[in-house]
Amino acid sequence: MSDLARDAFDQALDRRDIQGRSLYVDAWHRLLKNKAAVAGLVLLILMALLVIFGPMLSSWDHEIPDWDNYSTPPSLETGHIFGTDALGRDLYVRTLIGGRISLLVGIVATFVSLVIGISYGAVAGYFGGRVDNIMMRFVDGIYAMPFMFFVIVLMVIFGRNILLIFVAIGAINWLDMARIVRGQTLSLKTKGFVEAARACGATEWQIIRRHIIPNLLGVVIVYVTLTIPQVILVESFLSFLGLGVQEPLTSWGALVNEGAQELETAPWSLLIPASFLALTLFAFNFLGDGLRDALDPKDRS
Amino acid sequence: MIGYSLKRLASAIPTLFLLITVAFFLIRIAPGGPFDTERALPPEIEANLAAKYHLDEPLVVQYARYLWQIARFDLGPSFHYLDWSINDLISQGAPVSFTLGLLALIVALLIGVPVGAWAALRQNRPSDYAVMSTAMIGISVPNFVMAPLLILLFAITLGWLPAGGWAFEPSRMVLPVVTLALPMIAYIARITRGSMIEVLHSSFIRTARAKGMPEREVLLHHALKPALLPVISYLGPAAAAILTGSVVVERIFTIPGIGSYFVQGALNRDYTLVMGVVILYGVLIILFNFMVDLLYAWLDPRIRYDEGET
Repeated sequence: MSDLARDAFDQALDRRDIQGRSLYVDAWHRLLKNKAAVAGLVLLILMALLVIFGPMLSSWDHEIPDWDNYSTPPSLETGHIFGTDALGRDLYVRTLIGGRISLLVGIVATFVSLVIGISYGAVAGYFGGRVDNIMMRFVDGIYAMPFMFFVIVLMVIFGRNILLIFVAIGAINWLDMARIVRGQTLSLKTKGFVEAARACGATEWQIIRRHIIPNLLGVVIVYVTLTIPQVILVESFLSFLGLGVQEPLTSWGALVNEGAQELETAPWSLLIPASFLALTLFAFNFLGDGLRDALDPKDRS
Repeated sequence: MIGYSLKRLASAIPTLFLLITVAFFLIRIAPGGPFDTERALPPEIEANLAAKYHLDEPLVVQYARYLWQIARFDLGPSFHYLDWSINDLISQGAPVSFTLGLLALIVALLIGVPVGAWAALRQNRPSDYAVMSTAMIGISVPNFVMAPLLILLFAITLGWLPAGGWAFEPSRMVLPVVTLALPMIAYIARITRGSMIEVLHSSFIRTARAKGMPEREVLLHHALKPALLPVISYLGPAAAAILTGSVVVERIFTIPGIGSYFVQGALNRDYTLVMGVVILYGVLIILFNFMVDLLYAWLDPRIRYDEGET
């Protein structure tokens, strides 16, 4: 008996020296075990680097046509590795420039929706009661509206400038964020560990800093990763309809639209931007899913 | 149950009112009017046109007039397609759009639910991963990308199906319906898989198995119904997705439905057409959410009791 008991005791002693791992270190390790999520992350980093530095490596410009090559397929001889479009513009440069816009819209519009959503949700969740009731009724009300159509109307009305795209998309995406943050704040306020911390004499600020924010942050990070592809999708949807980014600028949606019109004669002008768009959305979704599994304490098995 | 339905229905009225109001004033802020042309019209003609469509009245009067019209289910005349009323335009496009949307929804449910359930039963096996990765592709490839790709493959390269146009015959319906259904199939499969896994781990399933119930019975009679609840609540957003998707799909496949009117109407500043379509979509989404809630309450008694207490 004594041997066994001593071993167990020694082990317990050893364990005392092990540093506690924070929520995020823990989550990071879980994320690294998820191959799909890691692949998504790597792909996104590569995509970002390509989109930022790729156009500088090419001698072509995204606006100036190559007068000798209209609608030529991808080839090394002409120097257009992704081919050219109907106007003779290099598709490699155009795809990457379009990618800059698509990713930029995704990030900025998500940030807009994040700011609105977090403040709205946190206020509703923090005050609770009647304020919460009214604020959430309002969200429910506008939730039931065909928002995409409002955005279309907005784009038509106020001309198609890129700033408006950011704001319009951000403004329709904050609803989910507000709901999630509000629900999280509401439930966190009443959690046992908050009460325990209070009983231990922790100040309000310590509780917020150590317990509320870290727990909120996980959900927010997951949600951001899942919102960015949604926003990119909305922007490309608008650009596809001809309502989004305008010439000479371009985005993946606009390129897909151009490509779809030359489907029969120049399929590469559809396939290349389409695969860039799909790959990026794919990577974001996998990363988001992986992050959710890693950060959401509920699904931990 | 009836009380619950009435309560839910009553809460839709302010939403609808808000929708109409916002849409009305939003489109009127727009610079440019429906009768702007390259060449300026003589002022008398412009005045006559404005008088005919009551555009010369104060905005508030126009708004009141519009509300009164809508209360009588009259969406007014089109500003662009002369001699057409919005009711006519919509009733022409609606059967096409509804057939398309409904077929897509049915296809999505018929494929998505069994595939998701099947993946749940094979959780963490290669076949599960294969199904779920495919579903992720379905979610990540937007339908305006999927549609040209499908046309490229089936219409241009293989020549099996027509690339566009619409008729109530299978060969013309396949590609648009599939395009609309694919992302939904993927979502439904993911949702079904997730909830099925959760249900299969619950204690009442263990009890059913412990009683010696055949696995088939356990799955069909005990597991499937609760596992379908999240799928049903997804149907609300799905309806909205179909409406948005139909704009793209109808444009790509040149289908004369409501979605194709919308963008054109917005570009033409056809106030009444845009309003009509937005209102119709709003009503549809509200109605659909209402039906989904009823279905949900019927399937899950807990919801009904909660509502009854408050």
